[in-house]
Amino acid sequence: MARMTMIEAIRDAMDVVMSVNENVVVFGEDVGYFGGVFRCTQSLQEKHGKHRCFDAPINESGIVGTAIGMAVNGLRPCVEIQFADYMYPAYDQISQEASRIRYRSNGEFTVPMTVRMPTGGGIFGGQTHSQSPEALFTHICGIKTVVPSNPYDAKGLLIAAIEDDDPVIFLEPKRLYNGPFDGHHDRPIIPWSKHPLGETPDGHYTVPLGKAVIRRVGQDVTVLAYGTMVHVAEAATEETGVDAEIIDLRTLAPLDLDTIEESVRKTGRCVVVHEATRTSGYGAELSAIVQENCFYALEAPVTRVTGWDTPYPHAQEWAYFPGPARVGAALKRVMEAS
Amino acid sequence: MPADASAEASHSLNSNLKASKEELLKYYRDMLLIRRFEEKAGQLYGMGHIGGFCHLYIGQEAVVVGVEAVKRKGDQVITGYRDHGHMLACGMDPKGVMAELTGREGGYSKGKGGSMHMFSKEEEFYGGHGIVGAQVPLGVGLAFANRYREEKKVSFTYFGDGASNQGQIFEAMNMAQLWKLPAVFVIENNQYAMGTSVTRSHSETHLYRRGASFGIPGVEVDGMDVLAVREAARDAVEHARSGEGPFILEMKTYRYRGHSMSDPAKYRSREEVDEVRAHNDPIKRCEQRIIDADFADATALKTIDKEIKEIVLKSADFAMKSPEPALAELYTDVVI
Repeated sequence: MARMTMIEAIRDAMDVVMSVNENVVVFGEDVGYFGGVFRCTQSLQEKHGKHRCFDAPINESGIVGTAIGMAVNGLRPCVEIQFADYMYPAYDQISQEASRIRYRSNGEFTVPMTVRMPTGGGIFGGQTHSQSPEALFTHICGIKTVVPSNPYDAKGLLIAAIEDDDPVIFLEPKRLYNGPFDGHHDRPIIPWSKHPLGETPDGHYTVPLGKAVIRRVGQDVTVLAYGTMVHVAEAATEETGVDAEIIDLRTLAPLDLDTIEESVRKTGRCVVVHEATRTSGYGAELSAIVQENCFYALEAPVTRVTGWDTPYPHAQEWAYFPGPARVGAALKRVMEAS
Repeated sequence: MPADASAEASHSLNSNLKASKEELLKYYRDMLLIRRFEEKAGQLYGMGHIGGFCHLYIGQEAVVVGVEAVKRKGDQVITGYRDHGHMLACGMDPKGVMAELTGREGGYSKGKGGSMHMFSKEEEFYGGHGIVGAQVPLGVGLAFANRYREEKKVSFTYFGDGASNQGQIFEAMNMAQLWKLPAVFVIENNQYAMGTSVTRSHSETHLYRRGASFGIPGVEVDGMDVLAVREAARDAVEHARSGEGPFILEMKTYRYRGHSMSDPAKYRSREEVDEVRAHNDPIKRCEQRIIDADFADATALKTIDKEIKEIVLKSADFAMKSPEPALAELYTDVVI
């Protein structure tokens, strides 16, 4: 057991899997010698060799396409896209090749590939280094989409992802890399070493894909969140005094519908929170699912708190970011509705 | 071989190219199987038994058959959407291929893939890909895995002249050469990307030079002569297998039919097509070699044709009789 940052936990996950499975290779832009732009792959090349952890040219489509070829031919590539914002050239490969080869090969071939990418804002990255494109992945059938919110989950989920026989998109909220950021950007940074979920077991363990977890048990309203927004929702709950049940989805696809349904049936209210833009965001899917499955248990309309429908602004980053004040206001609003 | 081998160095119509009786008759038979299979597919399409898209390989048969001749067991093949010929050449069952075209349960993908999307683990065939050029990075990945396991296997990645303009081709070539991967790129230059000729879409029309900026050697090959294809492929595969890195083969070939089944063919003249059919047909040229060498007479070749037609008829029969996939198949083999 060790206290780790999310970066260390992610690195440890790759290290552990590379140690037990020689078919695992790790590559991407600046991933080998440099150790990754956020240092997630630091020391892996030294430890496992240049043939297993290496640099790729700056060509996202080529990186993912090559990884797919490796995966159908017996390897388990775990590739890094330096920022989720850079994945668009690879979207063709993800959406039309990786996700569909199982279906169109009658199950003969699968693509055991993990694509890691830092996601979300909060580091003044502006519009091309802050995006949250998860809905572009959940809209594709045939791939799994994972967003961890803490080091413990990040390690267990990443090991599960690399060992999974199907393609997994692994979105790492970059504002959480070094601490459990709750949206209060003007307060001192709390490190993971002061958070219980920074406690990360040594060696191999998995957190199952497709399973959500209840972060806070509550009676009055269900909050559906993932990644950074889990911590924001916790802060909002504390600040408003609303007895919210906070569900950390962890895996967006496949979705843990049972946990969601059970909670909403109990509370009768639901707030959906994400950092991505609002229109056609993953929150729209969550709202629809809750409405379809829990309509007669609902006492208030399902409410979304999201980023605005704008590019991620540089100067007004915190006006865009759906922080505790906006989430708190939504909690109060659904409690007042009747 | 130099990175920029000139066109003059390519294999032209050449009486120095020799093959044994068994070899030539095998190539003849394999090419004829593709030709007759595709003719039947065209018929079934016309009758409404095949729906959607169907890209026939007629005219290009010497390319896959010639390359197949130097392939070793375990080498992989991956290609684009004009894929029926590749599947037949690598030994996949015509019945399973035809039944995929008709969308039946007996097809390689139980009818869910269709003409452009079939695979076979047994024959190391990695698809059948409907997005122009998207298979090329995958072919490089196949080669990477071969090299990683220190196996002496080579991946053959086919794509067309149209695909050769896609950006990811260059990404793939750069990585293949950077990592010295055992990959052979086979550019099937049939001279038309759907309705756009090479001269109207390529600033450099010598496609064997596509890898020049990466230092990948390439040659232009008479893709209508199965023996020229075989000899060029032999050099390429030797280069790749020995650890020298990738190699590009530009196969100058021609497709007789339209790009797909709904192609008015206004972009070329009837005379142009007829000229190739009459004087440069890969099967006729192979036939000529057989006759010239006295390996078989016209009667014997007719017998082969009859046998092939029988195989194709049986595949069509199977493809018509195989049931449609059960509705439950809609949700098999997909992560949800």
